[in-house]
Formats: sequence, structure tokens, C-alpha cells
Amino acid sequence: MAKQYETVIGLEVHVELATKTKIFCGCSTAFGGAPNTHTCPVCTGMPGSLPVLNKQVVEYALAVGLAANCRINQYCKFDRKNYFYPDNPQNYQISQLYLPICHDGGIEIETAAGTKIIRIHEIHMEEDAGKLIHDEWEDCSLVDYNRSGVPLIEIVSEPDMRSADEVIAYLEKLRLIIQYLGASDCKLQEGSMRADVNLSVREVGTPEFGTRTEMKNLNSFKAIGRAIEAERERQIELLEAGKPVIQETRRWDDNKEYSYAMRSKEDAQDYRYFPDPDLVPVIISDEWIERIKAAQPELRTEKLKRYKEEFEIPDYDAGILTSSKKMADIFEAATEICKKPKKVSNWLMVETLRLLKESGQEPEDIAFSPENLAKLVELADSGVINSSVAKEVFVKIFSDDIDPEQYVEENGLKTVNDTGTLKKVIEEIVAANPQSVADYKGGKQKAIGFLVGQTMKAMKGKADPASVNALLREALDQ
Amino acid sequence: MANIISDETIEYVSILAKLELSEQEKKQARKDMARMLDYIDKLNELDTTGVEPVSHVFSVNNVFREDVVTNSDDSQNMLKNAPAVKEQSYKVPKTVL
Amino acid sequence: MDVLNMTALELSEKIKKREVTVEEAVKASLEQIKSVEKTVHAYVTIDEKGALKKAREIQKKIDEGELTGPLAGVPVAIKDNMCTKDMLTTCSSKILGNFVPTYTAQAVENMEAAGMIILGKTNMDEFAMGSTTETSAFGVTRNPWNPEHVPGGSSGGSCAAVAAGECFLALGSDTGGSIRQPSGFCGVTGIKPTYGTVSRYGLIAYGSSLDQIGPVARSVSDCVAALEVLASYDKKDSTSIKREDCDFTSALVDDVQGLRIGIPGDYFGEGLDTEVKAAVLKAAEILKEKGAIVEEFDLSLVDYAIPAYYTIASAEASSNLERFDGVKYGYRAKDCEGLHQMYKRSRSEGFGEEVKRRIMLGSFVLSSGYYDAYYLKALRVKAMIKQAFDRAFSSYDVILGPSAPTTAPKLGQSLSDPLKMYLGDIYTISANLAGIPGMTLPCGKDSNGLPIGLQLLGNCFEEKKIIRAAYSYECSRNYEAPEIAASEAGKVVE
Repeated sequence: MAKQYETVIGLEVHVELATKTKIFCGCSTAFGGAPNTHTCPVCTGMPGSLPVLNKQVVEYALAVGLAANCRINQYCKFDRKNYFYPDNPQNYQISQLYLPICHDGGIEIETAAGTKIIRIHEIHMEEDAGKLIHDEWEDCSLVDYNRSGVPLIEIVSEPDMRSADEVIAYLEKLRLIIQYLGASDCKLQEGSMRADVNLSVREVGTPEFGTRTEMKNLNSFKAIGRAIEAERERQIELLEAGKPVIQETRRWDDNKEYSYAMRSKEDAQDYRYFPDPDLVPVIISDEWIERIKAAQPELRTEKLKRYKEEFEIPDYDAGILTSSKKMADIFEAATEICKKPKKVSNWLMVETLRLLKESGQEPEDIAFSPENLAKLVELADSGVINSSVAKEVFVKIFSDDIDPEQYVEENGLKTVNDTGTLKKVIEEIVAANPQSVADYKGGKQKAIGFLVGQTMKAMKGKADPASVNALLREALDQ
Repeated sequence: MANIISDETIEYVSILAKLELSEQEKKQARKDMARMLDYIDKLNELDTTGVEPVSHVFSVNNVFREDVVTNSDDSQNMLKNAPAVKEQSYKVPKTVL
Repeated sequence: MDVLNMTALELSEKIKKREVTVEEAVKASLEQIKSVEKTVHAYVTIDEKGALKKAREIQKKIDEGELTGPLAGVPVAIKDNMCTKDMLTTCSSKILGNFVPTYTAQAVENMEAAGMIILGKTNMDEFAMGSTTETSAFGVTRNPWNPEHVPGGSSGGSCAAVAAGECFLALGSDTGGSIRQPSGFCGVTGIKPTYGTVSRYGLIAYGSSLDQIGPVARSVSDCVAALEVLASYDKKDSTSIKREDCDFTSALVDDVQGLRIGIPGDYFGEGLDTEVKAAVLKAAEILKEKGAIVEEFDLSLVDYAIPAYYTIASAEASSNLERFDGVKYGYRAKDCEGLHQMYKRSRSEGFGEEVKRRIMLGSFVLSSGYYDAYYLKALRVKAMIKQAFDRAFSSYDVILGPSAPTTAPKLGQSLSDPLKMYLGDIYTISANLAGIPGMTLPCGKDSNGLPIGLQLLGNCFEEKKIIRAAYSYECSRNYEAPEIAASEAGKVVE
């Protein structure tokens, strides 16, 4: 009988914090500047420059740690991790090894087999590296230090996951917590959330872990799923062939669906960590922890409960709305304006999700304002526009965040409620379609549908179908 | 000499330190390092049990900056020092093969 | 009127009284540089044009009453490991041979804000690693008292420039004695304040937890006035300390009545030159005569300071100097194949022997398997040394001793045996480990006519006590400047 293998997975998740400035200098963290325009002597490792810690980084790290049920190192320090690479301007990264800010936490995930706790070994603060672009024309690489020094937290889990599904459930849960805290937008594609997968396999029933590998460059949930599957297979094949798994770092190429070892004889993997003498310890008082706890925003579980009670919306809807911080924020803000939670919820649940899916975006990418959604709800609800016009207008809100009132006005999309005008059009339709009129009068109720359609067409969609129906019947039943 | 530094050690440390030593320099480095380590081993005469290692002499802590952008773009001047520049970036030999 | 014979304070005073102009002072210094530099070689960079331009600006500000400080208008020199915007800053290393900083070190900014004029950048041991200024990539500096001898180091250029009258004041940096030892060798006064008193922002780091900037001058008063300018809390340096007792000049009083001075017996044992010993004990005698209480005591742990220091400083240096890689600034080796060769060759060609030696040692003591045995052990010994000083300062206000075991050695004698050179730092190194202030001032000459340095150490934040002792001692003697036989002397050793 073939041997049964179990996959053992731990994650190292890097999250870029949503601070305005870098971790050790006053440079902006904004995306999209021309190369090296968001740099200074500190984040380019100029001789003589010195780091000074951004307080907000500590606050965010504490907030995430507390939300992930971690214990706090009330005396924590920064260490230097020494390795040469051009994206690392000092050739050491300021990180935390000996006394990381948070440790020994855990979060609950839902699996097919029920609730499971994934333990968190530690969370530490560190600086991000710059960006390397490989030149297409010349045999060289170009370094842009705009991202150098952007604050990161690294969340290190215990090897508690056993499948790709568990990994994704853990990442989604983590992402939601961090987004709710406002500590990061956690976008995998843009790299503000990155996961390195530590994976080993062992025969079912073996108490010891196998030799693990670390997989890097995973920038979507799909890539993570594929990489885990491929690495599991690779390791099992090695073991079956009686070959050892080598402890190494591998880089995943999602296009080729293959990973390769990142080893080089020039990399000794000996980081020579030691306390950074340019920085002083961070002492976190009980009061500080209490302050962060008190300022902690409502997390998903609490929100879910409140939505059901306060807005009387179904469990399913509340679940979807709260699965993204952005979605929940828009829901609450729009509801606050128009006081129609069920209607707002419908727009988000149906049209918004459809359009997001079509454009390959995530809820966090929603770009329209709750004000415009609220206005649309009002316009549709009061009958100023009919539902098909409303959908049309919503597409514009979704793509360009237009003001629906103005848009409806400018494009003459208001429903015509002037009975005189309608009656006149109906008269024309009735006159032009004797066969359908005869069919209706002969008892074919369905024929009225055709006449309603013709009338709506003549009205260019700007009529309330119910009124048209009523007026038609009135005219035909005379 | 109590400390014997092997060729492998010198090779290993020069990879860490990113230094390329000539054969003569390697020989000298083995000698120098062994001699310094012998000297440093003098510290083992002291019983440091229970003594906390001190990296900062003074108990200064919690030095922070506020999260406010204070720097403006000075990249043109900074790049003037770079040995090689292309497209406003620091140009280096290709990092992936 | 001979401008060059004035102290910095006297000069500034005369400038304010319009007896001398700033330009005259700058020109006098530049003239002196021209006449002795061939012999002494204290400078790496001389900014004649910039200094003269600045002189006119400063004169205007003094005339308009905008600059009133006690050192306004004084020409100064800066050790070449402090960043100066738009002015070459090399650390006397090939690897930074073309580096022009985009910003100025905070300490230098303080000097400029007080109206001092920068004449140029002074030579040093490469990256401040050395005790003789012979490891400079740009040639040795010679002792103005005898050009066959070294000026000491690593701030040898600054100390030689002050002694030779090539500037009125200079900035040095002190990681293991680099201000105090060359001050002693050159017969000038230098102070290393308590760690954290002067901002390190813009000081190119050697051993970050030990580095401290300080002034070098011809008199205690000049030195202390400069320290008052330098000392400031800097939010750009996380290790900077907020102090409210930086009115150092208030301690310039000729009174040591009741001051408790301890003489560590362990500083006067084997290896100490007899003439140095006699001169230093004579100085103690003078202070005693002036009313100080002088006693001998055992400091202990003196022999452990050097091994602890070289472990910590080399470890920090190996990391601090990683940034010199040929990517962002400085030297890059030509025609390299690939990234790693570029790193290795740029660094191997860019750094000198002593720097490479310390980088190798530092990388080793931090490497996997050795961190605890070497680095952490050294940090524990550092803690014990600090405790030893704490005990000493519970009994004494000031610790008095020599700044070095001998006077300045001859050129070319020290580098062949690095360990022996390191042993020369025995009296200065522990102050850096303990973070305490130390000051060196001249206390005589040996039979070869070379200056002998007296070192005074104080407890953390108690610079004023050593200043009091130093000033009182200085009042008992006259400042002596070397006579520099202009170009002839240069030929002797060339």
C-alpha cells in the first residue's frame, strides 16, 4: 500500500503598514513616485545617517498583536540582520530577532473539520527593501529605494497548517483582522501582504517534522495553493526515491508552476544578528497597551452581530458585507445617509460583487463613495428612476464615482410620470399593434407584455413599467 | 597559539564580509585573527555569570518620531554620488542570472 | 598683531572689537597651512575659496550683531569622518575618495551656526581605525613637534592642525581614545564628552555605541567653549541625550579645593614610560598643592578593556561598513563580472589593511556559533567595567592618569604589530566602554621634546568636574606651541 503523507505548513507573512512615512525616516510611503524620489540619506544608507523609529509603527504592531491574541514584549529591541544585496542599502536590515514586539498568540480559522487555532509564534517590526528592476536592454539591474524603509510587520505562525485550504483560511482571517484595524490594506497583488510558505511532509503518524523548505514570491491565493501542491509533490517524490529534502529557500514561478532553489555559494545564510546600537529599546507600558486596546475598532465578529440586530439583515448578507472592511465601511456610511440598510446591502451584494468579479478586482479596490450609493438608493426608491435605469447609473458610479442625481438630470433618465404623455404614447402603440390588442382581448393575457415592452421602448426606458401596465390595461379594458 | 584559524574559516568570513583576499592576505589574516582571538580569550578569565550584557550604557528608551512626512525629493543630488546611474536609479550588475 | 598666537576666544573677542577681521584670521590660518602643510599634512581637503567667502558673510553677521557667540569668526577644521554638504568627506579612505555628502553633520552645523568658519577636512586613520593616522589612504600626518613622529590617532589630523596653528579649533571623534591620545601626542587639549552629549548624526560610524564627537583646542577654555556649542539634543540621533547642564564654561574656575582625585594604581604599572609617569604624577602634585584631595586606588579590570573594546568595536564596524559596496556612492571596482565580484573587489580595493582586519574580526565574532562566546561576553565585561567606574566615582570626582603609555612613536613603527598598537589605547579605551567623559591636556615634554598628555576622567554627565581640574591645572602653566621647521623637516622623512 502506498504511504500516506501529511503536509506541515507554517507561514511567514509580511505586511506593509499603512503609515504615512517610513519606519526610520520622514520619507513618504506613497506608491508610484518616480524612482528614488521618496528617499533621503537614512533610507539609502548614506554614511553618517541614523534611524529614528516611527511611533505609529509600534502602535500598529501592537494593535495587530493584541487582535491576534499575542503576548507583548514590554521591553523590545531592534537588531541588525546583515546580508549584502543591492535592494538593502545598508547591507543590513533593521529587524527584531531577540526581543520581537509580540509573541505567543493565535487566531481561529474555520476548516471543513470545524474551528482550528493557528498559533502565532511572533510578530516583529522591520524595514522593507527597495525595488530591483532587471533592465531589458542591458545586462544590469536598477535599484529604486522608494520602498526601502517602508515599515513591515512579519507575522510568523507555528507549523500548524496541514493544507492549502487551511493556509488560505488563515491568510484571509489575518488579512481581515489587519484591514479592520486599518493597519494595512493587505493587497497580495501589490505586495502589501506577502506570504512565505515553510513546508515539510512526513508520513502520517510520524511524530517528528520532516525537513522544510521556504517558498518565496507567492503573490496571490491561487499561486499559494499551486505552490503548496507542487512543493508537497516534489518533496514526496524525493522521499519516495530515497533522496533527502534539502533545507533551502525556493522561489516560486507561477507561470511555469515550478520552484527553484535560490542557493548560491556567495550566500552564507549567516545573518550575524546583533542589537542595533543606533536605536534604543522600546518600553511598552501597561497604560500604552490599555490605550491600544481601548482604541481597537470593532472587529468582524462584533460587527456581524451588530448588523443582524441593528439592520435586521440576513446572516448571509451580514457575512458577505463584513468579509471586507471596505465593504462594511461603505455599507455603514451609505446606510447612515439613506437609512435603507436592506437596499444598500442589495446594491453591494449583487451589483457591486458582479462588477468586481467582472473586472477582476477585490472588495478593497472599491472606489466609489457611500454618498453616491446612498443617492442612487434614494433615486430608485422614490421612483425617480426605474430599476433598469438605476443599474445603468450604478455602473457609472462603480467605474467613475459619478454623482447619480447630476447624471440622471444631465442624461434625462428620469422616469416619466406624466400620465398625459404616457396615455398619448399608449394610444399610438395600441393603434399600431391591432393584432396584439386583438389577442389580449381574445383572452391572451401574455399579449400585454409585448405592448408594455413596445411602450417602454417608445419611452426610451424612462417610464415606470408598472404604471405602463396599469394604463395599458385601462386603455384596453375600456 | 590557542586559536587555530583554518583556511575554510577565512574563506567563510570573507564571504560574509564580502572581501576578496589574496593568498598572502589570507595567510596574514589567519595569523592576525588567531592572535586577536587569543587575546580576546583573556575575557574568559572573568566570571560574568549573572551579568547582563549591556549594549547601551544609559537607559534611554522610547525615542520616536511622529508619522509626518518631513523629507522632500533630493534624489538628483544623491544620485550624483552613485558610481553608475540609469533612469534615476542606481545601476548594478544584474542580480539574477 | 600676530593673529596665530591668539586663542580662539581671544580671536573672537578681538574680531568683535574690530581689531581683527574674520578675513584676516582666515587668511592667517590659510597662510600657516601653506607654510607648514608640506611638513605636517594635517588636511585632506582645504577649502580656501569657501572659507574666504564664508569669512565675509560671518563678518557681516558679526557687524550687524546677529552673531554674538564667543567663538564667532574663528577658523576651524573638521575631521574627515563628519559629513559636510558639498564638501568632500572621505574618512581618509579610497572607498569614499569621491564622496560629496548631501547634508551636514549636526555637530558641524552647530559650529557653523555659532559663526565658525570651516577651513577644511583633516586627515585621520582610515574610518578612525588606528592610533597613528598612518592608516590614511591619503598619506600620513606628521607630528608638528617632530615630523619623524606620528601625531597619534585617529584624530591625528585635527590635533596636528591645532598644534601647528593651521586652525584655532578642530573637531575630532573618539571611539577608543581617538581625541585624547593624539591630543596628548600633539600637546593640545581635547575632550570626549559623555556618550550622547554631541549628536552623532552625520558622523560616519565606526563603533556606534562608542563613537563620540568632541573638540580639540589650544587651551582648556577654547575647548570647553567649543564643547558648549557642540552639545545639543538632536532628535535625528536616537542615542542623543537631553541635558540641561551644558553650561560647561561655568566650570572654568581656578579652584580645586576639596576636589577628590583618584589615581588608579593599575594605570601606573608595567609598560608606562618613566618620563610620562613622572610628568603625570607631577601634575597630580600641583593639583594637590592647589587643594585637591589626591589618593591612589585600584580601578580594576583595566586589562580587560582592550579585548572587550576590540570585540565590540570590530563587530559594530563590520556591520557599519557594509554599506560601502560600490552601489550608491564611493569607489566601485572596474570591469567586474557580476554582482558579488563587484562587491568583493570594490571593498577589497577600497578598504585598507587595518580596516579589512577589523571587518574580518568583527564578522567572525558575530558569526553563527561565536556570537555568545565573543560578542555577548564582551558586552558583559563592558557592564562590569561600567560598574568598576561607578564604584570609583562613588569615592572620587575625577580620575587622573596618562593619556597614553608613551609619547608619540616614530612613523612606521606601529603598524607592523597591530596588537601592540592596540595596547597603546589602554588608558583611553575604558572611557568609551563606560560612556564617561575624558579630557587630555598637555603636562610637559619628554627628553626628546615630545609632549606628554594628562588625562582626566569624570563620571557620566560630570564634565564640569574634570573641566574644573583641567582649568586649574592649566592656570599653573603656559601654553607651548611647536616650532615647525618649514619644508626642511618634511624632507627628512620623505
